[in-house]
Amino acid sequence: MSDADTNEATESATEPDGDGSGGTFGSAIKRGEDVPLLTGDGEYTDDISLRGMTHLAICRSDHAHARIESIDTSDAAAMDGVIAVYTGEDVVESGVPNTIPTAWDLPGLVQPQYRMLATDKVRYEGTGIAAVIAETPHAAHDALERITVEYEPLEHVTDPVEAVERDVPPVHDEAADNVAFDFELGEVDATDEAFADADRVASVDLRQPRIIPNAMEPRAALADWENATGKLRLWMTSQNPHLHRMLLSAGTLGLPENKIQVIAPEVGGGFGSKIYHYPDEAVTAWCSMQLGRPVKWQATRSESYLTDCHGRDHVTTGEIALDDDGTIRGVRVETHAGLGAQLSQFGTATPSYLYTTVLSGQYTIPAIHCRVIGAFTNTTPVDAYRGAGRAEGIYVIERLVDVGARELGIDPAELRRRNLVPPDEFPYESAAALVYDSGEYERAMDLALDHIDYDELRERQRELRDEDRYIGIGIGNFVESAGLSPSGLAGDLGAQAGGWESSIVRFDSTGSVTVLAGTADQGQGHRTTYAQIAAEELGLSVDDVDVVEGDTDRIPQGMGTYGSRSASVGGGSIARGAREVREKARRIAAHQLETSVDDLEFEDGEFRVTGAPDRSLHIQTIAHEAYLGHDLPEGMDPGLEETNFYDPENFTYPFGTHVAVVEVDPETGEIEIERYIAVDDCGEIINPMIVEGQVHGGIAQGIGAALYEGAVYDDNGHLQTRRMDEYAVPHSTQLPEFKTDNTVTPSPHNPIGVKGVGESATIAATPTMVSAVVDALEPFGVDHLDMPLTPESVWRATEGDQ
Amino acid sequence: MSECNISIIVNGEQHELTVEPRTLLVSALRDELGYTGANVGCETGRCGACTVRENSKTIKSCTRLAVQADGSEIETVEGIADNGDLTTLQEQFQEQHGLQCGYCTPGMLMTADTFLRENDDPTREEIREAIEGNLCRCTGYQNIVDAIEATADQLGGQR
Amino acid sequence: MYTNDFEYYRADSVDDALTLLSDHAGAELVAGAHGLLPRMKTGDESPPALVDIGQLRGLDMIEEDDDGTDLSIGALATHAEIADSETVRQRASVLADAAAELGDPQVRNGGTIGGNLAHGDARSDPPAALLALDGSLEVRGLDDKRTIDATDLFEGPFETAVADDEIVTGIRIPTIDDAVSGYRKRRDPLSGYALVGVGVWLRTDGETIEEARVAVTGATTTPARLPAVEDELEGEAITEDTITAASAKAGITVDDGAFVSDVQASAEYREHLLTIDTERALYDVIDISQ
Repeated sequence: MSDADTNEATESATEPDGDGSGGTFGSAIKRGEDVPLLTGDGEYTDDISLRGMTHLAICRSDHAHARIESIDTSDAAAMDGVIAVYTGEDVVESGVPNTIPTAWDLPGLVQPQYRMLATDKVRYEGTGIAAVIAETPHAAHDALERITVEYEPLEHVTDPVEAVERDVPPVHDEAADNVAFDFELGEVDATDEAFADADRVASVDLRQPRIIPNAMEPRAALADWENATGKLRLWMTSQNPHLHRMLLSAGTLGLPENKIQVIAPEVGGGFGSKIYHYPDEAVTAWCSMQLGRPVKWQATRSESYLTDCHGRDHVTTGEIALDDDGTIRGVRVETHAGLGAQLSQFGTATPSYLYTTVLSGQYTIPAIHCRVIGAFTNTTPVDAYRGAGRAEGIYVIERLVDVGARELGIDPAELRRRNLVPPDEFPYESAAALVYDSGEYERAMDLALDHIDYDELRERQRELRDEDRYIGIGIGNFVESAGLSPSGLAGDLGAQAGGWESSIVRFDSTGSVTVLAGTADQGQGHRTTYAQIAAEELGLSVDDVDVVEGDTDRIPQGMGTYGSRSASVGGGSIARGAREVREKARRIAAHQLETSVDDLEFEDGEFRVTGAPDRSLHIQTIAHEAYLGHDLPEGMDPGLEETNFYDPENFTYPFGTHVAVVEVDPETGEIEIERYIAVDDCGEIINPMIVEGQVHGGIAQGIGAALYEGAVYDDNGHLQTRRMDEYAVPHSTQLPEFKTDNTVTPSPHNPIGVKGVGESATIAATPTMVSAVVDALEPFGVDHLDMPLTPESVWRATEGDQ
Repeated sequence: MSECNISIIVNGEQHELTVEPRTLLVSALRDELGYTGANVGCETGRCGACTVRENSKTIKSCTRLAVQADGSEIETVEGIADNGDLTTLQEQFQEQHGLQCGYCTPGMLMTADTFLRENDDPTREEIREAIEGNLCRCTGYQNIVDAIEATADQLGGQR
Repeated sequence: MYTNDFEYYRADSVDDALTLLSDHAGAELVAGAHGLLPRMKTGDESPPALVDIGQLRGLDMIEEDDDGTDLSIGALATHAEIADSETVRQRASVLADAAAELGDPQVRNGGTIGGNLAHGDARSDPPAALLALDGSLEVRGLDDKRTIDATDLFEGPFETAVADDEIVTGIRIPTIDDAVSGYRKRRDPLSGYALVGVGVWLRTDGETIEEARVAVTGATTTPARLPAVEDELEGEAITEDTITAASAKAGITVDDGAFVSDVQASAEYREHLLTIDTERALYDVIDISQ
């Protein structure tokens, strides 16, 4: 079934050291979590009903930019089935902190007020202005139409360049020029010098359109406020329940954290969109607190399109300086990044640090300078979407390498090869301020190119052109900074949260194991991979391990799932915790076997006295002993569990090469994807089946962005792509068959050698596809085309009308 | 607001219920009868997460009023397992990693199960066309196609 | 996701349905409701009442007349039934093609031909087939019945000659033995509707095209025949030159401004594609080597 044959070449220094393995780490173990999802028993937020439950609908602005003159809710409030109608003023009067906070500060950042419901102005279509609570969803939605809002419309702006350069009324008075931040990374003088000295300079102007995440499950929340105890229980579609608990406490509601329980049940995809603390979930909770009744809010798909944070929205000029021999001397980039109308939590981090720091790609580039102007626009807030920042940065450097290759007349694979960071240069400190942990870039690239017989295919490409057939070969080399850690570094750069992850590994008294993890799954298979990690370290079978996630009352602390961090940081924490558990068990075993810990071997869950294998104790027996507490070493506390906080010393750096082969019909502009090869190196692989699944999904989203997707605002500032038949989420016949392969270069600093894989393929696939189509169009003199590469845009390019 | 009494059979069980005319079939199944397997992913009939069978044909239950289904026989994902055991198709979805977040899965299974009744030896292209009305954002579809293909291979025309 | 409130009536006969329609101003008919319900949920339409004819018996037949000259299809025949019908495939393959290309399997299972044609969605596939086949709609009013020819049916975007108080009961398609027909669709990647759809029907003697009907959907605001293409084909030998010359006329008879322009494709591009797809649709039905 799997095409993921693994090329083991590097011996891992950091392999899982569960020397008593049941051989689970690295196996394609089926996902236990699948069974309820296959039978309809999986419980998503909207599947939960509580006694006395009410329903929330949110009245949203249909203006992109307007002053609110008045809101009349009296008709709505008088309707049958309507329990209450609240406006932003009601929230203000309740005295809660009412602030959706940003979670990443930058020098000079303008941080305008961001309230749960707008009171003065609406700044994008979809801004929440009033909340209706009713006995049924229908009654709540009926009442929305009876709310009368008088607006004074204001001129709007949706484009990040226009927002800054055109004289428009500012989105926020605090930022008269609509600039939220003006960020720079790298050495400007050194870069200017490199450009002055280089033989050639190539450049590209490009746009990276807004992507709407489109998790299949729209966001939802169910709040249950208990007056008697002053406790809020909130089920919600969350990638990070603990972060939500913290932001609800400190930002919006002001309840102590110990009075908030956030539960993320089954979550139907996220891709970034369920990281954030949006106004809606806070309003849901606040309404429950007002009424003392459970309140459910379930977004419609249209609401998701209008309010889920969008991704990307960059307008960029990039330049690359090269010598005639193909040596890259420098890269210079200027980007206007649309932030939307409000700062979402990581909306500032994504286009600054996450973007600019990967601009060196896989290459040794001595001088890099990048400026990013973060612009407020009258649009849905923009934040991290799968690949966040890294996707945009790798897109820029890969486009630049392609135009550089064209400029020099060097084969694009060859130009890449000449500039790759060589394996013996790691750890490699790039001119964009990162220290890459490990990499064997050329090995992965060669493997990808071998899959398509690159040189032969180039020959065939030339022959076909003579027959007026146009195939293109696209190459996407990527490296990404995954894990969003360590905390100290993140703090230095402006993060308002840590980069660690936490877990508890607990032997139950009868020998089963419970792992409590601070991350939160939305389809990634944590319950299986984490069980594999713990089972490996403890010499057990995965069936002995139960993994619990997504409930802040059961799991004391956590950061969550984003930035490809769960396997590396969450898994790293579990491995470390399991090792501590094992070492405590070893001490108990040594005590009871009357030997020293150094004389014990651990295999298949069994501690055996070296040289006397019949003297042994199984770790599950020791667990029982640990809870009996009858016969423990002097001074040892009973029990067998460890709480671990793991704060990595560095990011991890997954990398790889994707290759696409396309054929373009110049008559119609249609693109046929002939081949798609993905070679990914995510370090050690815990479960190859799940890794392959992550790669497949990532490619699908990367191809989606390249060929089909893209949010569009019309002249009135209205979102034009607001329904599923207006925004092209790729369906089954729009995607090719993918071929996946792996190299394995362990991360030297991660406890289990893993690097993470959640975002890799999305980062790689977008530049790969664009590279392939532009390559096919070379005979037409096309150096670049902006996404999405619709058939019309390709046709126009072949007509010389770029 | 008028209300209608309707009678539907769901997974072999007869249900009488009172609904507003505008109650969607998917809402009746989920909110009135507790069959929460079918999910709602959009409002324009595009995503297919709400796919169920009505009188042996797949339909999108968000594009159907509950009153329209009065007298119909509905099958949902909760009803396809044999006495609680996973069917070959369900097993293959697990085996081939044909699901990640699981939200599209109930609809995908209903479409695939119905398709395989009509075509027990499909090509991959035919499978891709058959699931065109079911969107998945997680898997890129390849493993879903693998799962359906493997099911057809395993059942080998038994059905 | 949430429609406004409305009254619902289930008709037990065509007459009953007609009475209900006349008793409730603004009421809309539904059968599959695949066109209407999504538009109601997004607030684009808000009828005060729905009259459901989905359960009426005897309106879903697909049959040839005894003398084999006409094909009758009941209004409630679903797209799936039409796509799967051997009779339609043999006698009017352009309609079978169009039905098979429409939407996705679930939509084809629920949507009906009568509803589709009465709805008049210019992005949908069956209109091009009906036009190419020179079919007609059988329509009942409270007091009379009438026939609407395909060429008179489509009046504008979501506008047809079927009156609000009428019901489409079926379609009628003239068929002859020596005709070939087919439908070629270019899908809009966003909606799945036709970005351009071309239906062709040709009567030939094997060497010469004796009669031709070519129709477009998707590319234009109203589905329409392409008479300039037809004129160029009729009486000509079946050759590549004939097809090239005829296809080149595809855009000519379409009025200025009648090409659709949207997020996915401009009018200019649709016009360009229409020529190509007309040519490709013609090649689909004619074996030029013979």
